[in-house]
Amino acid sequence: MSTHKRQKTGYYPGCALEGTAHSYNRSTKALGKKLGLDLVEVKNWNCCGAMEVKNIDPKLQSYLSSRVLSIAANDMGLETVMAPCNGCYHNLKKAEYDIANDPATVETVEKLSNKAGHKAYSAEQVETIHALDWIKREIGEDGIRERLNNSLAGLKIANYYGCMYTRPRHIFPEKDQGGDSESTFKPHYMDGLLAAAGAEIVDYPLKTACCGGAHSLADSDISTKLVLNLLDAAEACGADVIATECPTCHSGLEMHQIRAETVFQRKTKPVIVYFTQLLGLALGIKPKQLGIHENISDSLPLLKERGLA
Amino acid sequence: MTDFDAIEARIERLGAAPAELLAVGEEILEHWLEARGEIPGREAREGFRLLALHRQAARGEPSFNACRETCRELVYRYNLIALDPEHPETARRIKLAAMAAKHLCLFVGGKMTEARIGEFCCASRDARGAAE
Repeated sequence: MSTHKRQKTGYYPGCALEGTAHSYNRSTKALGKKLGLDLVEVKNWNCCGAMEVKNIDPKLQSYLSSRVLSIAANDMGLETVMAPCNGCYHNLKKAEYDIANDPATVETVEKLSNKAGHKAYSAEQVETIHALDWIKREIGEDGIRERLNNSLAGLKIANYYGCMYTRPRHIFPEKDQGGDSESTFKPHYMDGLLAAAGAEIVDYPLKTACCGGAHSLADSDISTKLVLNLLDAAEACGADVIATECPTCHSGLEMHQIRAETVFQRKTKPVIVYFTQLLGLALGIKPKQLGIHENISDSLPLLKERGLA
Repeated sequence: MTDFDAIEARIERLGAAPAELLAVGEEILEHWLEARGEIPGREAREGFRLLALHRQAARGEPSFNACRETCRELVYRYNLIALDPEHPETARRIKLAAMAAKHLCLFVGGKMTEARIGEFCCASRDARGAAE
């Protein structure tokens, strides 16, 4: 078992994990605790700018994300910030890229930081990582195998990463570097970790396809059709479970799975579970501690049937 | 029935014709390009017109890259099938390729339907009407 001294990792849950994705927040913290990983929540964090701000003023979004990074670096002395939400992860990475490459963004960030009374964030003060990077780097597949308490054997999983984990490629310079780096075309970190936990990973063709999240309010039928296709494809691959790592994708899949039943009379079988919940179960954490009961998608009957809950 | 509904229905009916799936993908992107007043290119990228069309379609429209990997997946599935048509998994591979094509159809069709609602996946103009 690895004994290297681990650094504290800054934890930026973002707004979704305090709301609809409470179970992702709960399971991420429980998993970190079980694995002995030190997570320190970024103090007084704010919204990353999400889509709402970015669509109106991308530089203001960069400032909002940079404030989170500035607190982590300048007030807390952290070198790494982990964001489990794909939207937050994307926005923090985008802010990092823009601050490193766009003088106009730097100007806006400095101006607004001064006005807000905090030190402006400078490029490369902090590294932003996703929850998948965090587990992959700190524990890895071997570490999961060594700690396995309740194998996921017999569980067929389609891993769904969503479109923002890898897009746009230029803000993720560490990806597509060959070897063990993450791929933007066919991401594999979740596949590797859950396979190490004993699960059978199916060859899922829509790993990074759009979940229709942004269509949800304007045209729910489009979102429902997109989600239905994701669910149909998982079923066609023989998956019992769709594992997620994004709160927007997760809640979209859950809600539109139900909506597909009522609007299109289409019932689909796969249950939707966060990868942190699945890893937690494999490591012997109780379902309640992982917030399995808080998911809308009811995975408990399946997990009980497979001896996992 | 709209063009995209018709394409979706055609995808459902497609059998063991992976080249047709690629052609359907190209047709979907042609609709998007024509609705934006562009002439769809004839060139290929990495050996596939579909990938060149996607690149053209995403020019000036970064949110369109949300379907880039779906296009690449379609090409990947096509290669799997074309390189070994007798493989015992071929029928399943065709089914999965069809699902990637259907997703592309739903995504682009949806994007064209939505009008001016943001920079992310929905940054489309009200172009679907113009295409039909």
